[in-house]
Amino acid sequence: MSKTILKAEDITMQFGGVVAVNNFSMEVHEGEIVALIGPNGAGKTTAFNVITGVYAPTNGAVYFDEQMIISNYPQGKMKKMYAGENEGKYTKKIEKTPDQITKLGVARTFQNIRLFKSLTVFDNVLIAKHMRSKANVFSATFRLNAKEEKKNREETRKLLEIVGLLDVQNEIASSLPYGKQRHLEIARALATEPKLLLLDEPAAGMNPQETDELTAFIKRVKEQFGLTVFMIEHHMDLVMEISDRIYVLDFGKPIASGTPDEIQNNKRVIEAYLGVPEDE
Amino acid sequence: MNMKKTTKTICTLIAAAAFIVLLVFLESNKNKYGMAVTVLQKGFILAVVAVSMNLLNGFTGLFSLGQAGFMALGAYTYAIFTIPVESRASVYYISGMNPVLAGIELPMLVALVAAGLMAAAFAAVIGFPVLRLKSDYLAIATLGFSEIIRALIASPQMDTITNGSYGLKSIPAASIYVVVGLCIICIAIMALLINSSFGRAFKAIREDEIAAEAMGINLLKHKELAFVISSFFAGIGGGLLAMFMRSIDSSTFKIAMTYDILLIVVIGGMGSITGSVLSALLVTASKEWWLRFFDEPLTIAGVNIPLFRNGFRMVIFSILLMVVVLFYRRGIMGTSEFSWEGLTGLIKSIPSRVTSLFHKKEGAAR
Repeated sequence: MSKTILKAEDITMQFGGVVAVNNFSMEVHEGEIVALIGPNGAGKTTAFNVITGVYAPTNGAVYFDEQMIISNYPQGKMKKMYAGENEGKYTKKIEKTPDQITKLGVARTFQNIRLFKSLTVFDNVLIAKHMRSKANVFSATFRLNAKEEKKNREETRKLLEIVGLLDVQNEIASSLPYGKQRHLEIARALATEPKLLLLDEPAAGMNPQETDELTAFIKRVKEQFGLTVFMIEHHMDLVMEISDRIYVLDFGKPIASGTPDEIQNNKRVIEAYLGVPEDE
Repeated sequence: MNMKKTTKTICTLIAAAAFIVLLVFLESNKNKYGMAVTVLQKGFILAVVAVSMNLLNGFTGLFSLGQAGFMALGAYTYAIFTIPVESRASVYYISGMNPVLAGIELPMLVALVAAGLMAAAFAAVIGFPVLRLKSDYLAIATLGFSEIIRALIASPQMDTITNGSYGLKSIPAASIYVVVGLCIICIAIMALLINSSFGRAFKAIREDEIAAEAMGINLLKHKELAFVISSFFAGIGGGLLAMFMRSIDSSTFKIAMTYDILLIVVIGGMGSITGSVLSALLVTASKEWWLRFFDEPLTIAGVNIPLFRNGFRMVIFSILLMVVVLFYRRGIMGTSEFSWEGLTGLIKSIPSRVTSLFHKKEGAAR
């Protein structure tokens, strides 16, 4: 089996008394497409935000490329209130900020699109190149980095061509139709040169035709850029079609994991989605 | 409508040449056109500070109100190091000058850079705690800082350095070329910064902090950078103001100064460099010059018009402000920059605008 690129161990996220994610562990191997599914409010986005460094978990650890990027244990007030498991297993506090995690090679998109709305499509993608640029303020201001800047612009243009947004490169991002905004968000994430792409409900609000297009698009960029993809998604057609493996969360707890076929026939997953008859 | 590149270059060159001719003309007829000389210099100095504030408020999205404090730091640093040694005894006639500083006199440019660095150093120190705050909280914190600086400068404990509340005078003057030239250089540097990779990162932070962070932009580092650079140029602006006014005291840098600059930025358009420059010149000209006659008593055909008296110009000025804010909500330039195409487009659209105005009126009459 290929190398593990992302590993989450015993992630617990507790807000006050509410345990949003309880003891969630998972692994993503290089080159896979892995999906995280679950009914509304199951804690998918919270788990996602922990992995990308937006929230520090209450307990647990996250590894990227075999390097520990996040680790925490219940402290302070949380020590008494902690309602999760595996207390005492983790003793280190490591909190990489989202920008540091992006720098390591993890790029993400957002559930409710977060583009740089009043900037052009081209600038949206070009901004993502800033992180990898070596210039400091002085050299950037006085254009001593002209070569690098030119290279970045060229790469941005190429990227836009690949994702099919070159014809709208000078449009303001918020003026694009919804589907294209989703594509742009993925293009912007790709511009950070990631190894792992995290997609938070990429097909949210899309009609079946747009979803089909997106499915093909994700497959295509995955191959073209040699990516590993981890995503949250509600559209089951999309999930079942492109995922190699699936994790299922319900009420913050992992209830199943496996290949699409296994998940489709898993009794607990069906119960979580459809409910259980009361008299059973 | 696309103009050829050469046409644009020619237009720019003609405009630059005309501007230089204007400067030469004003410099050689200083006495006759004193008001124009004053307005041009002060306008450009305020433009520097306005662009520096725009860098923070309009481009990075940090609502800061500390500009007057940083100007004060710059102005005092510049003044302390450039007042000629021989006239220092008469400036610090109350408590004498601190012996450490008394012998140091720096060349103008060096003192100006020192002024900027002083403001930048203070900004760097207060930036770390203050920049964790957002929107109005940041505004209040920076406003407070600005007032603290002013109070410190005016405090009797600082007498041997800042001459306390007596202010500093005998600051050597510079010609209009030097003042306007330095202002243009400062604005050009800020414009270059804003159009660089870092400028784009600043705009990304303004648009969406969370997305910017997810794109690998270190928020605190970039905010701090914007804050320090903005303060650096506010400090230089303060130094230039000291150079132009030749005497300063702490009351010059009251909160009202920050508001004046905020006003310029808002009228010019948050996020437009040329807007800030244009608006700095317009605001200064109308405040100091064009609206002057409202302050003079006016007699038409033997009747004394009652409202024309000292201070009335500020009433008119405020009304004009309201009109601008009501009809150009995003400022004169919005977030766009000046371009020759924009100018010709505007001129060409005037006839159709006028006719559409008439049509509207006709429609309303019916």
